[in-house]
Amino acid sequence: MSTSSSLLNIQGLDKSFQTEQQSVQALRQIELDVKEGEFVTVIGPSGCGKSTLLRIIAGLDTGYEGSVKLGGQPITGPGIDKGFIFQEPRLFPWLTVEKNIAADLSLRDKDVRRRVDELIELVKLKGFEQAYPKALSGGMAQRVAIARALLRNPRILLLDEPFGALDAFTRAHMQEVLLDIWERNGTTMILVTHDIDEAVFLGNRIIILKPRPGEIRGRVTVDLPYPRKKSSAGFQEFRYKVLNEFERIDELAFGEAGAGI
Amino acid sequence: MREQAHTLPSGTLTAQRRRVRTGSGGFGRHFLVAALLPAIILVVWQWAGSTGRVSPLLLPSPLAIGEAFVRLSLSGELFIQLWHSLVRASTGVFYGSLAALLLGGIVGLSRTVRKLVDPSLQLLRLTPSLATAPIIILWFGFGETSKIVIIGFGAFFPLYMSMVQSILGVDSKLTEVTRVLAFGRGKQLTRLVLPAALPGILSGLRLSIAYGWLGLVVAELLGSQSGIGYLMSHAQTNSQPEVIFVGVIIFAVMGKLIDLFVVTIERRLLRWRDSFTGN
Amino acid sequence: MSVRQDDLAEAARKPLRRAWVIRGSGRWLSSLAWGSALPVAFLLLWQWLGDQELISPLLFPTPLVILESFGWLWNTGMLAENFGASLYRMAAGFGLGGGLGLLLGLFVGLSRGMEKLLDSTVQMVRMVPHISVTFLFVLWFGIGDTSKIMLIAKGCFFPLYIYTFLGIRNTDRKLFEVTRVLAYSRFKQIVRLVLPASVPNIVVGVRLSLAVAWGSLVVAEMMGASSGLGFLMMDARAMSDTPTVFVGIALFTVLGVITDVIVLLVERRLLAWRDS
Repeated sequence: MSTSSSLLNIQGLDKSFQTEQQSVQALRQIELDVKEGEFVTVIGPSGCGKSTLLRIIAGLDTGYEGSVKLGGQPITGPGIDKGFIFQEPRLFPWLTVEKNIAADLSLRDKDVRRRVDELIELVKLKGFEQAYPKALSGGMAQRVAIARALLRNPRILLLDEPFGALDAFTRAHMQEVLLDIWERNGTTMILVTHDIDEAVFLGNRIIILKPRPGEIRGRVTVDLPYPRKKSSAGFQEFRYKVLNEFERIDELAFGEAGAGI
Repeated sequence: MREQAHTLPSGTLTAQRRRVRTGSGGFGRHFLVAALLPAIILVVWQWAGSTGRVSPLLLPSPLAIGEAFVRLSLSGELFIQLWHSLVRASTGVFYGSLAALLLGGIVGLSRTVRKLVDPSLQLLRLTPSLATAPIIILWFGFGETSKIVIIGFGAFFPLYMSMVQSILGVDSKLTEVTRVLAFGRGKQLTRLVLPAALPGILSGLRLSIAYGWLGLVVAELLGSQSGIGYLMSHAQTNSQPEVIFVGVIIFAVMGKLIDLFVVTIERRLLRWRDSFTGN
Repeated sequence: MSVRQDDLAEAARKPLRRAWVIRGSGRWLSSLAWGSALPVAFLLLWQWLGDQELISPLLFPTPLVILESFGWLWNTGMLAENFGASLYRMAAGFGLGGGLGLLLGLFVGLSRGMEKLLDSTVQMVRMVPHISVTFLFVLWFGIGDTSKIMLIAKGCFFPLYIYTFLGIRNTDRKLFEVTRVLAYSRFKQIVRLVLPASVPNIVVGVRLSLAVAWGSLVVAEMMGASSGLGFLMMDARAMSDTPTVFVGIALFTVLGVITDVIVLLVERRLLAWRDS
């Protein structure tokens, strides 16, 4: 996938949360530039602020310092130009699959109807249009959530550990579904995960965060061709690269803790 | 299952589940065991009554009660009075729950109104609604209005409470979804708040109707010219205890029937819920 | 090291809520101010309208008049006398009905055989709207204390019966398996697991029972009695002594609140182990 102009631009992003005694810095000096059509994966241990970063881009969390711009415009709040997939599917239990995808739009609108049908095809849920969420498996429900986000033609799709709650087999399958969607639609994607295999399998580029405070510790460009094979030597090489970065983070964390005692 | 006060099925629920497991033969046996005690009571009761061991003025025998029921049905009296009671109850419940829906909706949706109005209503809620009957009678006289107000007042609070609670209790995770998808205010109401609050509203309505029915009993017993309660107080002054029994049974059966009706509607509307699969 | 750490965002949001509680006194005051604005304005308007004779003093005696009436009832000892009568009926009825409900709930909850035999009968009787048997009780037990106590007892019985039963039956199956693995005796199973696990439900039953008890007390005393708060109110109504009726309503409210608060405090004590 050829990349062109910059879509998302983050400069000097600082974010802290106020707690009882002190303020906790969640993110420090994040610099990130995502190009149109890129697939960026963000990986880091829990507590590194990766979800916060994604929520800031989505416009869900505010009150930060620095600049976050989508297509040159500062982000002021949530909007349909930014699709968001939560860890849980968060479907409306009272709506059928197709109505969940349409959400606030009307299926009687011919254009919406056609697009919803296309998306159901794309996420391979043909035959489940009329089902209620209670009848869906975790993977199916998450595919509905993806279709719901794609219907709005977002300029960027933000995925917050979308497959974290799924079992290993379903997860592998969902990763393929997601890659398929990306290759067909060319939607820019940022996916947050704590699974190294997932980060290497999906991303053009991997951003590695370290915790307390959340900072970018490394960037790895993965120039393997798609579809990638998890057992291939090239894949393993990138895996080790990311793992190495993590070991450095661990040493760092322990070092700091030691110095503190 | 949430704590929904009185209208809890309890034992019948486990019984149903077991029935499914053991099949029809098990159900038959279960029914026999369950019917054993009432049957014994009925037989002893009838025996005590017909041998004159218990004064018929204190405890009319089951057969006497049955006769009274047939007599009242044949003369049409029972249905006329039942009709009066039903009209009264539904009018009261209608006004009470309409007020609850409106006020509860506004209080649930607007933070300012909530801060201003809710504490007062919570205070008022703690007043036993039946205790307000004397003042309502003082204000509106012994006529139809005071009965409807008593019923409506009883029906108001359960629905108001669950209305506010279920609107405030909408899953914040789903609210976040509507923010991400940039729902308008109207869509947020019709596609998120209303359906999410519906289960709570319905069970509130169920309670409201139960309380309204109770209010009807009190209002009619306190003095009335028509209705089942009138039939009962009339019977009391004329020493016809079997008619009082008929009244009690009618109140019970109608209350149960109305409740079943509401539950059926609830099932219809809440098909999407996890807990309502199958039967 | 990082395993114990929750996602930072989550962790940070939680203390934020706790911080509100700490800074709560200010918020609490402000919500008190907001909440009391309406009642205070209402009372002032009421008093003013009464003073200007814009509303009938017969139907809407002013708050001050009601307060005076309360003082009069207090000084003459009428309040204490009728209050005592009501409280006695309440306590006796609740003790009798609630006690029986608890006991029977325990029996039926612990034994499937008892459930089969008794539960549907109890459920059938429960369908009878509580108040509608008032006449029968008067017929059977006269218009003295007994009929009132029985009516209250009948009202208190069902909530406690049902919630005790539910509490026992809803004991966590997984914990049951734990007691079996640890080879508890049947007796220990009941004392160490079933009873503590059903306390939350039983407390709910007690609260409901008390609420029903107040309601039944009012009705029973209104429908024929020669003492008690309900009698006081009905008597005052007959003589169009509206202030006294208001005093009665206010008293019932206060009593309801006090019993509810007591139960809540006991609950907090007993259920300190609970999450929420």
